[in-house]
Amino acid sequence: MAGALLEVKDLRFAWPGSAHDCLDIAALQVAAGETVFLHGPSGCGKSTLLSLLAGVLLPQSGRVALDGVDWGELRPAARDRHRVDQVGYIFQQFNLLPYLTALENVLLPCRFSTRRREAAARSARSLRAEGQHWLGGMGLDAAVSDRPAHMLSVGQQQRVAAARALIGRPGLVIADEPTSALDEDRRDVFLDLLLSACAEAGSALVFVSHDRRIAPRFGRQVSLPAINRAAVGMQAVA
Amino acid sequence: MRAGFLWGLAWRSAWNRRFTLALTVCSIALSTFMLLGVERVRTDLRSSFSSAVSGTDLIVGARTGSVQLLLYSVFHVGAATNNIRWSSVEALERLRGVAWVVPLSLGDSHRGFPVLGTTPAYFEHFRYGEQQPLALREGQRFKDLYEVVIGAELADQLGYRIGQRIALSHGTGEIQFGADHSDKPFTISGILARTGTPVDRTAHISLQAMQALHVDWVAGTPLPGMRIGAEEARSRDLQPRSVTAALVGLHNRAAVFSVQRQVNRFGDEPLMSILPGVALDELWEVVGTGEKALLLMSGLVALVSMAGLMSVILAGLNERRRELAVLRTVGAGPWQVLALLALEGSVLTLAGMALGIVALAACGLALNPWLQAHFGLTLHLGQTTPLQWLLLAGLLAAGWLASLLPAWRAYRLSLADGLSPRT
Repeated sequence: MAGALLEVKDLRFAWPGSAHDCLDIAALQVAAGETVFLHGPSGCGKSTLLSLLAGVLLPQSGRVALDGVDWGELRPAARDRHRVDQVGYIFQQFNLLPYLTALENVLLPCRFSTRRREAAARSARSLRAEGQHWLGGMGLDAAVSDRPAHMLSVGQQQRVAAARALIGRPGLVIADEPTSALDEDRRDVFLDLLLSACAEAGSALVFVSHDRRIAPRFGRQVSLPAINRAAVGMQAVA
Repeated sequence: MRAGFLWGLAWRSAWNRRFTLALTVCSIALSTFMLLGVERVRTDLRSSFSSAVSGTDLIVGARTGSVQLLLYSVFHVGAATNNIRWSSVEALERLRGVAWVVPLSLGDSHRGFPVLGTTPAYFEHFRYGEQQPLALREGQRFKDLYEVVIGAELADQLGYRIGQRIALSHGTGEIQFGADHSDKPFTISGILARTGTPVDRTAHISLQAMQALHVDWVAGTPLPGMRIGAEEARSRDLQPRSVTAALVGLHNRAAVFSVQRQVNRFGDEPLMSILPGVALDELWEVVGTGEKALLLMSGLVALVSMAGLMSVILAGLNERRRELAVLRTVGAGPWQVLALLALEGSVLTLAGMALGIVALAACGLALNPWLQAHFGLTLHLGQTTPLQWLLLAGLLAAGWLASLLPAWRAYRLSLADGLSPRT
């Protein structure tokens, strides 16, 4: 799978000061446009893995490459640029700048990334229309787009965050338990919208959750404890 | 990314936290106000002190301490231990290089304000501050024997008008029964313009009037059974026999030490002469501890306000961690986050400083008449001292550094925060 969008090989990572590896993963690949459900119990290193995938953390050894570029070979500024060019990120909550409108929040990556701005402009609409397109894709109408973010409900905020992750069609969208603050109905609606928007953008999605009930909706399910050789050792110790 | 967008973002973010930031700006304004105000008061206190006399080359009096001579001759505080004879004053006038001599006779008072007996030459030659001559606000100098020219503060405090009649009293305290000169009332002929010096608190009469007041007195008390009325006194010999001190002006300032030597070696009676500037410095040495205390206070205020500024900004950072983390994850580089915080810090500091300066100017304008009336202190708010510039620069630097420190923390924290939200 040499053409994989995201490629992890022989990754070993330990937190500073820790005697044991936190993560030890032989191989993990995500193809372009693929949707991956990453699950595992709390504290198994899911968020740490996401930080490694996004180049926020670097492994002690091994390779994490996004779009053919190894994070470890980039200088910090180049990592920042590569990240905003290639990765859209959705947190559990508090995704937005409260003083900007929903639309302005969506357009933020285009302000900082030339690639995302040009990609957004290529869709032959204005930047504003493109932002509204993705807001619409996440089921938010034009009335919401000019409302300040702090006046939106939690569910609306998560949808704005998703629209922001997708604008400019980055290769990879990382979602770190984005539905944990939503009730079941809104969770399902959010998932429907997110998956179809990712499909439209052509972006791969790595979706982390401990909620196994939504796993079947993804193209592939990955259990972190199953691929993490460090976890076996930890369980043996425990 | 365009700088304009960063500006806009900084502004929107700041507006979102406007109440907290307004408090920060106010605290910076208060610091600026205190620092500059204390420094201004300190400087003007000193200058108003040292402007009490100028243009006089020597002050001559009986042998005593130089500070004491200065105190009673210029500040009209305390009393002379000895007077100098009139013949000595005349001898002074004859000394080579002496341009003018203004004799001063002290010892009486009006309701606690000192009375100064002198000659009309006083109004010609006395200078204060930057060589400014005395000017009359209303009326004219004393012409008749029983006329008095009063200082501005005396007039304002007691509400005196031209033509009003007042009684002087013997001694320098408040009115004393049996020791007043109410038998010889004085008419106010003139009121002097404000000077911010002891002149404002002084009633000026002629030497002859001083003599007339005491024509029926011996050794500090009225002669019993020998009252001489005001009109009768006019016909007596009113040539003064002694005065308290004399101000001396020279043709050429270079001769000051030679004249001083001659006075100090005067044969007929022991005299001493002092250079007003030198004596003022000596006196300031004595009373200047207050100035040092003010300076110390300035320093403490500066320290406290800068620490306060830093803590306000640091406390604000915690509430902004989330915001900075979001910015980092949508692609803002660490330098852009740093610039955002530093920009906000310097704008806040500048705004606070500007507000403080405006407040100080407004306060100065409002309070100056009151300060002038009660403390004889004029604040020169338009002038700046080198220390004030230094303080302003220090405030700006501290404000900026105080905003950089959290910026540096944010630089380190924000991305890790962003991807694993803890707040």
